Amino acid sequence: MALSPRVREPENREQLCCTFASRYVRDSVPKFTMPEKSIPKDAAYQIINDELMLDGAPRLNLASFVTTWMEPEVDKLIMASLNKNYVDMDEYPVTTELQNRCVNMIAHLFNAPIGEDETAVGVGTVGSSEAIMLAGLAFKRKWQIKRKSEGKPYDKPNIVTGANVQVCWEKFARYFEVELKEVKLSEGCYVMDPKKAVELVDENTICVAAILGSTLTGEFEDVKLLNELLTEKNKETGWDTPIHVDAASGGFIAPFLSPDLVWDFRLPLVKSINVSGHKYGLVYPGVGWVVWRSKDDLPDDLVFHINYLGTDQPTFTLNFSKGSSQIIAQYYQFIRLGFEGYKNIMENCMENARILKEGIERTGRFNILSKDVGVPVVAMSLKDSSQHTVFEISDHLRRFGWIVPAYSMPPDVQHVAVLRVVIREDFSRSLAERLMSDIEKVVQLLDILPSPLPLKAANVSTIANDSDHHHKVKKSEMEIQAEVLEFWKRLVDGRRTGAC
Amino acid sequence: MSLSKPPLPSGISFASRFAPHSLPRWSMPEKAMPKEVAYQNIHDELQLDGNPKLNLASFVTTSMEEECNKLIMESINKNYVDMDEYPITTDLHNRCVNMLARLFNAPMEEGECGVGVGTVGSSEAIMLAGLAFKKRWQNMRRAQGKPFDKPNIVTGSNVQVCWEKFARYFEVELKQVTVREGYYVMDPQRAVEMVDENTICVAAILGSTYNGEFEDVKLLNDLLLQKNKQIGWETPIHVDAASGGFIAPFLYEELEWDFRLPLVKSINVSGHKYGLVYAGIGWVLWRTKQDLPQDLVFHINYLGADQPTFTLNFSKGSSQIIAQYYQLIHLGKEGYRNVMENCRENAMVVKEGIVNTGCFNILSKDNGVPVVAFSLKDRSHHDEFKISAMLRRHGWIVPAYPLPPGADHITVLRVVIRADFSRTLAESLVMDITNVLRQLEMLPHQYINDHKATMTNDHNNIEGVKKRITSSEVRRKIIAQEAKRRQKILAA
Repeated sequence: MALSPRVREPENREQLCCTFASRYVRDSVPKFTMPEKSIPKDAAYQIINDELMLDGAPRLNLASFVTTWMEPEVDKLIMASLNKNYVDMDEYPVTTELQNRCVNMIAHLFNAPIGEDETAVGVGTVGSSEAIMLAGLAFKRKWQIKRKSEGKPYDKPNIVTGANVQVCWEKFARYFEVELKEVKLSEGCYVMDPKKAVELVDENTICVAAILGSTLTGEFEDVKLLNELLTEKNKETGWDTPIHVDAASGGFIAPFLSPDLVWDFRLPLVKSINVSGHKYGLVYPGVGWVVWRSKDDLPDDLVFHINYLGTDQPTFTLNFSKGSSQIIAQYYQFIRLGFEGYKNIMENCMENARILKEGIERTGRFNILSKDVGVPVVAMSLKDSSQHTVFEISDHLRRFGWIVPAYSMPPDVQHVAVLRVVIREDFSRSLAERLMSDIEKVVQLLDILPSPLPLKAANVSTIANDSDHHHKVKKSEMEIQAEVLEFWKRLVDGRRTGAC
Repeated sequence: MSLSKPPLPSGISFASRFAPHSLPRWSMPEKAMPKEVAYQNIHDELQLDGNPKLNLASFVTTSMEEECNKLIMESINKNYVDMDEYPITTDLHNRCVNMLARLFNAPMEEGECGVGVGTVGSSEAIMLAGLAFKKRWQNMRRAQGKPFDKPNIVTGSNVQVCWEKFARYFEVELKQVTVREGYYVMDPQRAVEMVDENTICVAAILGSTYNGEFEDVKLLNDLLLQKNKQIGWETPIHVDAASGGFIAPFLYEELEWDFRLPLVKSINVSGHKYGLVYAGIGWVLWRTKQDLPQDLVFHINYLGADQPTFTLNFSKGSSQIIAQYYQLIHLGKEGYRNVMENCRENAMVVKEGIVNTGCFNILSKDNGVPVVAFSLKDRSHHDEFKISAMLRRHGWIVPAYPLPPGADHITVLRVVIRADFSRTLAESLVMDITNVLRQLEMLPHQYINDHKATMTNDHNNIEGVKKRITSSEVRRKIIAQEAKRRQKILAA
């Protein structure tokens, strides 16, 4: 008589349970020490996925220039190349070739003085921070070599920028021991003044850095004027001070929307340009580009030569191993959209920015600090900040789901605080209108709320508005507190969890 | 009568008007193209890249589980640096730092946070660690009223190229202890001899790129302590545990190499090597707050609290950090131990197979990173480059390189055993190596030496991708050129 073997009970019943029925959601999540034991992959996935739900929604993040949406076709390409280490050029020659093609395309876009089929000098980086550090390093080394050959001291290099620079310039200065000479801003002029910049240039200046697309207001600095003034000064003094253009955001806008704006390699003193692929290059975070005018602008002793496919592949990056996905995604965008596609997208962004700007102006409460020519950003400050500030507005907008940051301007204009809305590719007209109406709601709300600024004892003092808004009436503290409580109750009851 | 534009042939990009044109290489095309066509064309070109899983040259992880892939794709649009907007992602990063600090026995209390940061890879990690040492040393020298313009760092000549980059970009002199035949890593005694008052730190490697060996950090620590006591300097140690950092704690727990040694002030490890995450993540840990000079740290205000940051890169993806956390909690110590034990087992299988051919010397150690480095006993008929080229024909990417200065007359072939390198693959590899040897024996001796054999693989039909010329002589010339210009091999 054959006995069929009994089916054995699974040793670990927990593997049959769904995650939420298992013990894994009862245990606290490891935060300080690696757990001793493994847990099933679905439990690990679920735990992490659930926690991440509390992160902000990337697409409602109006603080960031960095791309938050790409077509599903790109997602497929990204998935397929997640496991390719970019630096293995020998093993992944096509990926390397795609990088080189991107560099060529960007160099041509910026009018680098190279032939039709000539290879450009440039490299893909992880972002504009790395790009700027590489460009800065190149300037520093060139300057040192020149000074050494002239027999002059080369231990105190400095760089001239505006006070509106992004933090990566400060990092560059601090980590690479270069002095940062900043041109202070002034009310009404929130970018670097070329005249003042040129005055700050001395024999130790390794370069002057201009920004195309200031982080705070999106404005383009006048690189042409800077070039002219600096050329004059160079002629007088015999120095050779070059220019670097930080086109992190503007580099993928100016060529499409303002092709007549001369800011790039068409200006002879511009020796290198950086641009973020992950801003208006329309790629997910993790790719930037730096291009040099010519081989001479990149000192050879900074370049490491790797042999691949029997030929020389020069590399100059701070990072070594990194993913290949974003580079492939950038190439996809270049060939998928082409010049025409990028132009259309940028035009849409500017249009939506204009709509938003007009809506905000209509409320009558704000000054607009961003310009019409520049990066599609709307930067606004309150006309009257005595009762409420833009920081409160930002806070209230968060409750509607929007992330709109508020910041103070850099030194010398730090009394000015702005709200900044970045218009990205995926910010449609309907979202713009929704945002406008939410801003209006918040403004009206603030009219009712008492000012959180320090109160005088017992009473709220009033400020009679000249405008046609309703006056605040003197109330006792108790009455005001009661009103505030009422308001919050209403707000909590009618709370929405998302904006779209 | 209105004429509507004819629609594109549905679906098939190969039938469309785009197919006969080659993809643009120099300038952005004027016009847009349909997304399916763009995808298909790029996808097809990329077929010609090597297969990551057969790439035995690289330590970097080439496969992860589906669940992790899902998490990665879901967070691909999160910019890590927006800590204010993505506080959970930042928290996951901080948890990883805490876990790694404890894994490396940093002196911490219960519930105390580790000092460290996630980076894009060990290169960035090393630059940050080096910067911290440089700044500390400068501050110390300035306080003592001594000159601080000539910092140097002592390492072995077997260091990975990022140390050279660090030295060149941050203007620190690199003093290298040359290796020698039979001893292919940094000799602690000679290293300590090279230390002088301008030395900002001594860098030891846990898992040498060339042969996977662990350097003797304990001995280095003991010798350096003595020297420090004699002279009154405070020269610290940095451990480059790019590959070894996720191996030693699981396979060799008694090996003292980490913060248990008092002079070790910082450690870097690659998350994307044996941390089992895709390319794009590394970690650097400091012993204590004091080892990280505050003037290098930028403070960002997030959630009303201070988040100190110290990285070279700013905007970057969040995916790999989340993937690292996934691996740490999914596998736990037990899981990592199992994976590393499997790797070690498979490395033994490959090693024994190679030894059994009778043609090779093994240069890697049993204790170390699971790597098998081997060189030919007899190089009179053919060399390692030839073997590498012939293995490529079978689909394997097994690189051949000369050893570092001091032993550069020796060339090795190196096979890296990663987590996804199964026993079956190990046995196939051994079989193919044996086959290649047999094939080489059958080739007439003259043919190999006289002809510059041009071997092309399937890549040679596509324009834009150069033909691979793999004659030994041409290779040797290039290698000699490289050595002269102090190039480093691709040894990630």
